[in-house]
Amino acid sequence: MSMDYDKLLNPVAVNMKPSGIRKFFDIAEQVEGVISLGVGEPDFKTPWKIRETAIDSLHKGRTCYTANAGMLTLRKHIADYFESTIGVSYDPVHELLVSVGGSEAIDIAVRSIISAGDEALVIEPSFVCYTPIVEMAGGKAVPIATKVEDEFRLTAEQLKAAITPKTKLLILPFPNNPTGAVMRKEDLEPIAEVLRDTDIFVLSDEIYSELTYSGKHCSIASLDGMKERTVVINGFSKSFAMTGWRLGFAAAPEGILKNMLKLHQYCIMSSPTTSQYAAVTALSECRGDIEKMKNEYNMRRRYVVDGFNRLGLDCFTPQGAFYVFPCISSTGLSSEEFCERLVYSKKVAVVPGSAFGESGEGFIRVSYAYSLAHLKEALYRIGEFLEELK
Amino acid sequence: MNDLLELLKTNARLSDRELAVLLGKQEQEIKESIAKLESDGVIKGYSAIIDEAKADPNSVKALIELKVTPQSQSGYDEIACEIADYEQVEGVMLMSGGYDVLVSVKGRNIREISQFVSARLAAIDAVTSTVTHFQLKAYKDNGIIIHEEDHDERGLISP
Repeated sequence: MSMDYDKLLNPVAVNMKPSGIRKFFDIAEQVEGVISLGVGEPDFKTPWKIRETAIDSLHKGRTCYTANAGMLTLRKHIADYFESTIGVSYDPVHELLVSVGGSEAIDIAVRSIISAGDEALVIEPSFVCYTPIVEMAGGKAVPIATKVEDEFRLTAEQLKAAITPKTKLLILPFPNNPTGAVMRKEDLEPIAEVLRDTDIFVLSDEIYSELTYSGKHCSIASLDGMKERTVVINGFSKSFAMTGWRLGFAAAPEGILKNMLKLHQYCIMSSPTTSQYAAVTALSECRGDIEKMKNEYNMRRRYVVDGFNRLGLDCFTPQGAFYVFPCISSTGLSSEEFCERLVYSKKVAVVPGSAFGESGEGFIRVSYAYSLAHLKEALYRIGEFLEELK
Repeated sequence: MNDLLELLKTNARLSDRELAVLLGKQEQEIKESIAKLESDGVIKGYSAIIDEAKADPNSVKALIELKVTPQSQSGYDEIACEIADYEQVEGVMLMSGGYDVLVSVKGRNIREISQFVSARLAAIDAVTSTVTHFQLKAYKDNGIIIHEEDHDERGLISP
């Protein structure tokens, strides 16, 4: 007799929806010769100096576990990094930990904060992992849909309206994937004001912070009374083009961090040692490389926004990350229909906005982490596709 | 190098409009900047980067190291300019190190280049020695990978 897995296994896992991005890529993969604007990782290689440090560490046989929270040297560099970028001081011994990508940090932060019955406010459209992780922790994810007319920012009114006595956590992912929205200090201050008199925590996912194109990235943790309730998450993947190294980090007050550290210690032990050595070089010697990559992304950003607007698809001008989020509702197609037809007829893969939450319906996510020649060709094909729809 | 030059270096066929969008400037500003770069002699010309092995599989390229006795008034300049005048010569550079002048030459076959070296270059009085290196294969030229298509290793899949 075979086992009925769907009946026997954890219903939360069984009923969890697979990522909408994943689902669409399964379709795109079937199409021969497809050109993609779908990938959510930099097209740059990790700067050579960082790779060299990793190789050197292997030559020297540095292959053991590190401290659970990560090498202290690295944590000290991370503390300096936070101090210089967001102006918040963290104690490298008690308030920082090195995780396996930003993703693990999100997971252990949510699981440390959320228990059965708690509500977590999830900004949408946003990266796909928050809701499933909240649900695995027994919590309920309550979406707050940001709007293009608000430049996809969270407003204090929306936040107030969503808070209930069960609200335990606000997940704030800016600069945002997929919209490219950012929240400036003046946008964050009213949010902080709503939270100050509550016991609500904030998970501020700032993985794209280095890719902020005009002005400086601001973290909610830097505002009065916010550090004590905020977990800041960042990492090396997007800023230093280090996706495959799987290295992120989290900063939080000791009371939160020590609990996250327990989870990390039981499920991970310590983050990859080779990557940690590489990361020390990234932070201490390669901050200039970020500027070069950012400059390149910025050019492409202007190019792609202009391209979509010229094709007649309204495109919000993103201020961060490396995605644009044009509105396709003028075509009369749903996001999924648009993407499926585009990939079949013109062999261009983009991701339906609906993969990032219901409020993403009517939009598509286009990554510009591609060469100019590639972007030009893709825009040309999308232009042909739109002509044929008329 | 500024962004405008970088962009033109990798693709000189970008239109003024495209350059303006990429750099967040007005088209007129771009036109003016380019005109100035040209008139100042910063931009010397525009050319295509060609995979010669594909365009003409029989053609041959060589780099020739020359030891040159500097002339009393002009140093290396006069000799270098004389060499640069030859049609088959694609580049001439004064170098530091074990030799003085590096000449890159393109020819239809090895014999043609050999003849050019012996009859033209070695025949110059001030040239005291030559070392010829024939190019076997090109992998990258002017910052562009030409050996094969730049392969995107990223999977189609992301979370």
